[in-house]
Amino acid sequence: MKRAIILVVNGTEHSVEVQPSDLLVDVLRDRLRLTGTKKGCGTGECGACTVLLDGKPVNSCLLLAIRCEGRQITTIEGLGTPDSLHVLQKAFIDNGAVQCGFCAPGMLLSAKALLDENPAPSEMDIRQALAGNICRCTGYVKIVKAVSSAARTMSGAEGGGR
Amino acid sequence: MRVIGRPVVRLDALDKVTGAAKYVGDMKFPGVLHAAILRSNCSHGRIKHIDTKDALELPGVHAVVTGEKYQKPTGLYLKDRTLFAVDKVRYYGEPVAGVVAETPELAKEAVRLIRVEYEQLPPVYDPLSALADGAPLLHENLGNYEWAPVFFPKPGTNISNHFKLRKGDVKQGFAESHIIHEETYCVPHIYHSPLETHVAVGYADNGGRLTVWSSCQSPFAVRKFLSTALDIPLSKIRVITGYVGGGFGGKAGATIEGLVAPLALAVPGRHVKLVYTREEDFVGAYVRQGLVARLKTGVGKDGRIRAQQCELYWDAGAYTEYGANIVRAAGYTSAGPYDIPNLWTDSYCVYTNHPSGGPMRGFGMPELHWALELQMDTLADKLGMDPVEFRLLNCLKDGGVTATGEVVYGVGLTECIKTVAERIGWGDKKEGVGKGIAIMCKAPAMPTNASSSACLKFNEDGSVTLMTSAAEIGQGAMTALAQIAAEELSLPIEAISVSCPDTAITPYEWQTVASRITFSAGNAVVLAAQDAKRQIFQNASYILGDHEMELVDGQVRVKGRPDLSVPLESVVMGAFLPDGSAKGGPVFGRGTFTPEGLINLDPETGQSPRPVAFWTFGAQGAEVSADPETGKITVHRLVAAFDVGRVINPVTLEGQVEGGLVQGLGSALFEEMVFGEDGQVLNNSFVDYKIPTSMDVPAIETYFVEVAQQDGPWGARGVGELPMVPTAPAIACALKRATGTLHRKLPLVRHGRD
Repeated sequence: MKRAIILVVNGTEHSVEVQPSDLLVDVLRDRLRLTGTKKGCGTGECGACTVLLDGKPVNSCLLLAIRCEGRQITTIEGLGTPDSLHVLQKAFIDNGAVQCGFCAPGMLLSAKALLDENPAPSEMDIRQALAGNICRCTGYVKIVKAVSSAARTMSGAEGGGR
Repeated sequence: MRVIGRPVVRLDALDKVTGAAKYVGDMKFPGVLHAAILRSNCSHGRIKHIDTKDALELPGVHAVVTGEKYQKPTGLYLKDRTLFAVDKVRYYGEPVAGVVAETPELAKEAVRLIRVEYEQLPPVYDPLSALADGAPLLHENLGNYEWAPVFFPKPGTNISNHFKLRKGDVKQGFAESHIIHEETYCVPHIYHSPLETHVAVGYADNGGRLTVWSSCQSPFAVRKFLSTALDIPLSKIRVITGYVGGGFGGKAGATIEGLVAPLALAVPGRHVKLVYTREEDFVGAYVRQGLVARLKTGVGKDGRIRAQQCELYWDAGAYTEYGANIVRAAGYTSAGPYDIPNLWTDSYCVYTNHPSGGPMRGFGMPELHWALELQMDTLADKLGMDPVEFRLLNCLKDGGVTATGEVVYGVGLTECIKTVAERIGWGDKKEGVGKGIAIMCKAPAMPTNASSSACLKFNEDGSVTLMTSAAEIGQGAMTALAQIAAEELSLPIEAISVSCPDTAITPYEWQTVASRITFSAGNAVVLAAQDAKRQIFQNASYILGDHEMELVDGQVRVKGRPDLSVPLESVVMGAFLPDGSAKGGPVFGRGTFTPEGLINLDPETGQSPRPVAFWTFGAQGAEVSADPETGKITVHRLVAAFDVGRVINPVTLEGQVEGGLVQGLGSALFEEMVFGEDGQVLNNSFVDYKIPTSMDVPAIETYFVEVAQQDGPWGARGVGELPMVPTAPAIACALKRATGTLHRKLPLVRHGRD
């Protein structure tokens, strides 16, 4: 019982046929070939699949694709590009916040949602906002530092960040 | 220094923050089929019958494979494992059959249609019971297995390796002791928890050639493992790795590949993909072994350790093909970082009906040091001696002697201890807060001939492709090796690109494990660069004449004559002379490194003057408090200092150590695999198996001592596993000072309330 729906991903409309049971993470990865979104547990425990839905971070492994019709989905591929990195992406690189990198896409999107809502977060705000994104490599030290430094850059640049 | 010691940006960082980095699960294969695995629902049982008929008849199912077809045992050190269970299952979750189907859902449905009849056998779940008379035997055929000669299985028992160490005269040592302390310490099983679960894709062509793409640390070990089990020559097996989403030892050796390969062979011409679910990942590869350690240690009135006796009982699980070596490593390190003249150790690798134990960051050292460091702290207390002073007095220094009788030099441990003590404010009292210290050592536990190799292929523009088979598992191997190449070749880091392992293309690497890549593969890169330079200078000599030359900033120069030079790119493809003739050829540097002169331990005494390639030492301090009402434990600070020989990249090093400390923190406070009475893992999800989140992390400080490793690349030695080793005992010692109670079982959140 497939249904054709329009998914708006990173500002582009995609027409896809989905089963009612298809999960957003699978549609993004397998159908739209946006493999930047990772699947770490499939049960909403690790945060690797985090994407933004109308600007809010969600676990795309817990979300039916069909429920996302007409809503704005942002994946890591839409956060920035190599030529035009988001301030957060640059801060992750500069601060050494990436190791195996599997958590990075979800981590970055959770961080973006935080900074969109709270441009001057405290360290505790950052830690709380990232608590649903597990990282096994970094111990979070450099990730928190990167988000904090991105926040400073963005407020200093008066909206210079995207 | 151009790039060594500088915070060079990781080569993979840009791809990883933009989502472009490809992990094996991200690779697309045309017409890919999907696999699912039937796992045993009993922990010890004889397989009476497997009925695959209904599964095979399900439309969309291409093949079902059981152990019937592949009965040849395989394994890294001790060949005690088959790909799928043969005759018996030995742990809850053991692979019994695999299905290949059109979709992952169909494969799972088919798995549910396979019926297996077991004759239940009595299980055994702890190493001491497994050693008792009349205990159920897991491997009746142990005596028929093959093993490397440095292992000592006891056929007819559950002991797959008995490591013995006999140094000096412990009887005499205890007789000379002023205080003797005897105690037992316990460590539970834990799980690596990489964010990316195991994933592999297999493809068999009609010519009997097999290709496996795997998220793994050890493509060459995988190839060998498969070759043995499947009876396919090495030349016909190709293993390819992409970026690996975290390994920590769980993706070392060979695991998931042994399932996907026979499934791919069942459907030649089609790709078969197997992705472990998180639940499956908890038991589908390796877990960290459990340990019961009994220590008896004697100290003299002067505070010096006179003697120690260690009994280490490892809960090694159902298969110990890899774990047998952990038991050995802990045995030959059983004096830890201490100079102990009289030592008697028995380290037993014991089969139990738990999931297979195997390598995890630290390879036995976190478990061993849990026991050792709590023991030493207690001895210091009993002596009325400051724990830092006690460690400074007894720890290994230049000219000190290890457990195996090796005399060590270039030991920066004293400086590590002093650094940690100073930074943690040792001696400054804080109300309600306890401070603890723990020290450690570790060496890479590997065969004495474990080798690395590297190739440097020069491109026409003077840039270089560095080929090694070191897996990029997050540790930053790619970047560190590129830095070493850039430094040797006097090139900017941008001129070096690094390939991921592909056993058909990239040169041999034993495994990406044991904190050995920077050291071993790094040495191979240095040698490859030297080889490349010889060729470059040869090519340049056709133009500049026979002189001593040097490579500086992309120019090949006659030494002392900066005016006599040619650009590097003009000679990397050979020399082209004014008359149009060509000489020499494309530059292709090769380097191989095997640590030379490593000598096997004596089978009876465990003694060897040089059993390992190098030792790394370090110390950690912790600041901890506990709420007397609720028992809630708070770790406020962790301070670490390691002697890394030489810092190659300060940012990636710091990040790796911070991550290791936090993994150590998780294992100290709350990580533990909980098993039901039937041997099933009860907490196989991140809801029930807690690993640290951003909210659990204390203030962390890291320091690095640089006493050069004489045979290391630019003086570097390995450090990757180390930060996890002393964290738990440092926290437990701090907790003892905060509360007055020393807890000897991990994890502390559970047992801290006992």
